[in-house]
Amino acid sequence: MSGETSQEYIEHHLTNLTFGNHPDNGWGFAHSSAEAGEMGFWALNIDTMGWSIVLGLLFLWLFNKAAKTATSGVPSSFQNGIEMVVEFIDDTVGTIFSHNNPLIAPMALTIFVWVFFMNVMDLIPVDWIPMFASAIGISHMKVVPSTDPNITMSIALSIFGFILYYSVKHKGLGGFFAELAFHPFPKWLAPLNLFLEGVTLIAKPISLGLRLFGNMYAGEMIFILIAILFGAGLGWALLASGLQLVWALFHVLIIALQAFIFAVLTVVYMTQAHDVEDH
Amino acid sequence: MNLNATLIGQTITFFLFLFICYKYIWPPIVEAMRERQKSIAEGLAAAERAEKNLAQAQDQVAAELAKAKEEAAGYIDQARTTAAKMVEEAKNDARSEGDRLKEAAQAEIDQEVNRAKETLRAQVAALSVAGAEQLLGASIDANAHAALLDKLAAEL
Repeated sequence: MSGETSQEYIEHHLTNLTFGNHPDNGWGFAHSSAEAGEMGFWALNIDTMGWSIVLGLLFLWLFNKAAKTATSGVPSSFQNGIEMVVEFIDDTVGTIFSHNNPLIAPMALTIFVWVFFMNVMDLIPVDWIPMFASAIGISHMKVVPSTDPNITMSIALSIFGFILYYSVKHKGLGGFFAELAFHPFPKWLAPLNLFLEGVTLIAKPISLGLRLFGNMYAGEMIFILIAILFGAGLGWALLASGLQLVWALFHVLIIALQAFIFAVLTVVYMTQAHDVEDH
Repeated sequence: MNLNATLIGQTITFFLFLFICYKYIWPPIVEAMRERQKSIAEGLAAAERAEKNLAQAQDQVAAELAKAKEEAAGYIDQARTTAAKMVEEAKNDARSEGDRLKEAAQAEIDQEVNRAKETLRAQVAALSVAGAEQLLGASIDANAHAALLDKLAAEL
């Protein structure tokens, strides 16, 4: 943080590497979050995309390795570890989701592991990768993809798409509408029901996406604040080391918990979408 | 925090990852796990079965062993009585054979004694006659004195 104020430091850390068409500067990388905002919707957060794809590929590579060597014989310790995760998800899905849909368990696994990996990036000291990136000429680098609402909301909206698809598929368009319109009040209050249930429905993806984003963003923010303390003198630096350790240990819990909550809520929403109620 | 096209890119990415996981990763792992679970369950059942079989076999072995022991004891008893009987018989045989041999020997001895006596008697008679002849100075007609000689022989 040489030569910049704390505010600049924080802002720098919370700005994505955005590529887009700026009205004044043309195509290129945004130099601040304000510039990124001016690029409008058709801009891409390169760092978010890159890290999330790398982590997603890491997930696929690890699990594919286990899938390739999977035998019913004695498993290697690597395979055992992978299978522990798979079994954990399988058990969780099994207890929540009672319908027959082979897509739900892989969906929960993908979300759990992918989100977990993205959250784990939070434990890497906040300056390591951004400093390395700036050394090779990349101005901004946000390494924790799940602190970008784009990614949490995109997964949440995908889940929302699945909710709509399976609701219509299993209940029919009429059944889905009936579920929204005829609850919780009697039928003659259908508009009120529709409003209440509509809000509930819309709240699902929004709360799902923003919960993860909020938790990870806040966690990252605290790591950044602790990082600022390191530069404020020896006493502060010692305090910061302690705080860093404590917060990192606590954050391990949040990382795993948020990934699990995201996966479990996905399964819960899928269950609700599959449940056909009588009206 | 700006919502931008990243949203769309991430959605595509998510669906790709989901598809790959659903298609290529989840099934083989879960299938292998289920298979292993089945084989372990089968193995445990087989072990239990084998244990039961073993116990059964052990029982059977014990029973067979007891039976064999009993049989063997019977045979030994029988053999012992047979042996005792045979010894007894042999003893009896030996005793009777010994008696018989003794009797035969006795008879032979008696015979020999008699024969020796006969011979001695005849010799004594002859000697007596010779002595008498010398005493009388004349020969004694054996025929004339046969009765006398026989009487002498009988007395000897």
